[in-house]
Amino acid sequence: MSHDHEPDHDHGHLGHGHDHESHGHPPGQRHPFQPDLEDGPYSWHMALTDAVADLLLAKGLITADELRRTLEDIDSKSPALGARLVARAWVDPAFKARLLADVNAAAAELGIDAGPIPIRAVECKPGEHHVIVCTLCSCYPRLLLGPAPDWYKARAYRSRVVREPRAVLAEFGLELDPEVAVIVHDSTAELRFMVLPERPAGTEGWDEERLAALVTRDCLIGVARPTVPPA
Amino acid sequence: MKALFPPGHCRTPFYIRGKRGRILDLVDVEPDPEERAYGRSGLPAVPVWRVVFDQHELWPDYRGPDRDRVVVGIFEPWLEPLEDGG
Repeated sequence: MSHDHEPDHDHGHLGHGHDHESHGHPPGQRHPFQPDLEDGPYSWHMALTDAVADLLLAKGLITADELRRTLEDIDSKSPALGARLVARAWVDPAFKARLLADVNAAAAELGIDAGPIPIRAVECKPGEHHVIVCTLCSCYPRLLLGPAPDWYKARAYRSRVVREPRAVLAEFGLELDPEVAVIVHDSTAELRFMVLPERPAGTEGWDEERLAALVTRDCLIGVARPTVPPA
Repeated sequence: MKALFPPGHCRTPFYIRGKRGRILDLVDVEPDPEERAYGRSGLPAVPVWRVVFDQHELWPDYRGPDRDRVVVGIFEPWLEPLEDGG
């Protein structure tokens, strides 16, 4: 990430300790401002979103606080919630069966609201690796895992992972043996997916919290596997 | 899969049209998105199936094991039985 994108950078250069010649603008000249959010083009969809929100508020169908609360709730979702489900499934076979049957209901058992859109867990096993994508747009279980990473929404990932999944996984650092089948799940209908990875060896006797820390966002998408950090 | 290319909105990716797959399971019964896209109700709802396609069926030049596959949610009107009854 370029330092030009650090929000705090426009406070003068004293004390930064780097030389101005390599900095991209002449000495003595003001550092360029970081663009504000509003500096981009105001698109048709942005205008539509604002118009609908204004109408809903004006007609009293929702309040400003409800709108704020909903956005806050969406932003509070994170891969850590998915990791808790995986860790519980690893230690509790009955919970795992319920998770595979209905992720939303299993999440509710742990006090997690995974939203109204049904989510299905796909289970990695010896000889079977699963990875998720939405080739049509960017469907993602965001009400459980939070916003999708940018690469998940990029055309490169969406078009390539169904065409050459092994090459894509290798670029993520995941080299799979030919004996392991790669199964790609394309989220085209009203169903979202999360990957239930295999529990790594060397975690015998670990508690759920410690196990959950191994399960990252990319493990829940299937472009990585949980690994135990070297001791 | 039917090899159709209708105008308008649909949820069927191009890469599986005309390809042979196997039914995995029934997902649900859902309003038809091709109708909903034009402000209609999409009712009666149509079954949505998860269908498994072998990678070698989708991409004749696929370089990878035979067991590699893709699972796609398909709205039933896009399905047609195989001629050999399979």
